[in-house]
Amino acid sequence: MPGNPWVSWTWVLDNAGLLGTRTWQHLLLTVEAVAIATAIALPVALLVVRRRRLAGALVGVASVVYTVPSLALFTILAPLLGIGRTPVLVGLVLYALLVLLRQTLAGLQSVDPAVLEAARGLGYGSWQTTWRVRLPAALPAVVSALRLATVSTVALVTVGVVVGYGGLGQLMFEGFRNNFHRAQITAATLACLLLALALDLVLWGLGRAVTPWTRRRTT
Amino acid sequence: MNGRFGDVVREAFAFLNDPLVWTRPGGLLDLIGEHLLMTLAAVGAAAALALPLGAWLGHARPGERRPGNRRPRFPLGAAGVVVALSNASRALPTLAIILLLATAGLFGNGATVAAAAVFAVPVLLAGAYDGVSGADPAARDAARGLGCSPARILLTVEVPLAVPLVAAGLRTAVVQVVATIPLAALAGGGGLGRVIAFGMGTQRYGQVLAGGLLVAALCLLVDAALAVGQRAVAPRALRGR
Repeated sequence: MPGNPWVSWTWVLDNAGLLGTRTWQHLLLTVEAVAIATAIALPVALLVVRRRRLAGALVGVASVVYTVPSLALFTILAPLLGIGRTPVLVGLVLYALLVLLRQTLAGLQSVDPAVLEAARGLGYGSWQTTWRVRLPAALPAVVSALRLATVSTVALVTVGVVVGYGGLGQLMFEGFRNNFHRAQITAATLACLLLALALDLVLWGLGRAVTPWTRRRTT
Repeated sequence: MNGRFGDVVREAFAFLNDPLVWTRPGGLLDLIGEHLLMTLAAVGAAAALALPLGAWLGHARPGERRPGNRRPRFPLGAAGVVVALSNASRALPTLAIILLLATAGLFGNGATVAAAAVFAVPVLLAGAYDGVSGADPAARDAARGLGCSPARILLTVEVPLAVPLVAAGLRTAVVQVVATIPLAALAGGGGLGRVIAFGMGTQRYGQVLAGGLLVAALCLLVDAALAVGQRAVAPRALRGR
């Protein structure tokens, strides 16, 4: 089909404004969801890390929520929270929460017992041990959890089209409805992948910056 | 609780309470059956490709730095490739693949199954690779000492030891596919997603909610059933760990 190319630079140039708006929406939604999820998951993980049974129960509940498909979750949340941005944001937070909580807890719990013993020997209380020993030791796990959560959130945002707020997914779906306009779907897909890659790189760099000690031994 | 919310919920339960909605031809029971068949087809196709490949990669570990394989020829070993694949698949929106397949002229259940299978492959590959490559080296050495050929080591030692991880991968893949298929209904595919797509198209949000609840329930049920199965297939010696 000559009239419907897969890739069209002209389309991108003609619709740069729209593409920019949707990418910006997508980015904001992703960042906000991951930020809220982190603000909940990190303190909760630090609070429950020494209570294994409670931690297990929390991860269990989060896994059940995670099993519910995004499409279903958004449609269930929509009548509660209205059509639009809110149900998508809440859904995304719930999904990112499990990833962050599980990986952070695993990181906090896998700290070398000898190190914890040493901290106690130095006179650290339980709070100091958590804050100054466990948390730094778990930072690499937290960073990798953040990267995982961010990348999957970027992909999940697109499902938000079912409640009318899908960022770049909106563009894909409109392209599909608009006589299967391929250039629009491809451009939105590529923008989505680039966004995921860019955010992943930023977090990777951030992770390297906050954990300089992990590099010392390998060089 | 506002009126609109109450209306939507009432509509959803009225829909789910109507026996005819379930039993008529093309009703919910048929859609659930179709959904599960499509899941089976997608996971079957993905497993036929990914499980042998993952087992072989985990066994031979081409390109990785390890004793007996001293000069890796590729910058990434097998492990790197598996990890890169599964990361890339996470970033790729399922919706995009489904819409792209549909615009390429691939509509309907076949295309849906293909798209779902594409996303199941990395999960299964990672399970098989991790399971086989993570088999206890002592067990592997013991088998070699008993004179087993590499193929026999793979089949009688590494694969049984990999069963728990492969089963975990299968469970994740099945649940993921059950969750993915409804998305395809937005592009004309079948299965339970049709209820959601139809409700959206006709602005019957109660029906959309009913569809969402059904898909969520199906996923949780399938996951619970597979959790039981996962425990049952683990070799006896590995249970209780």
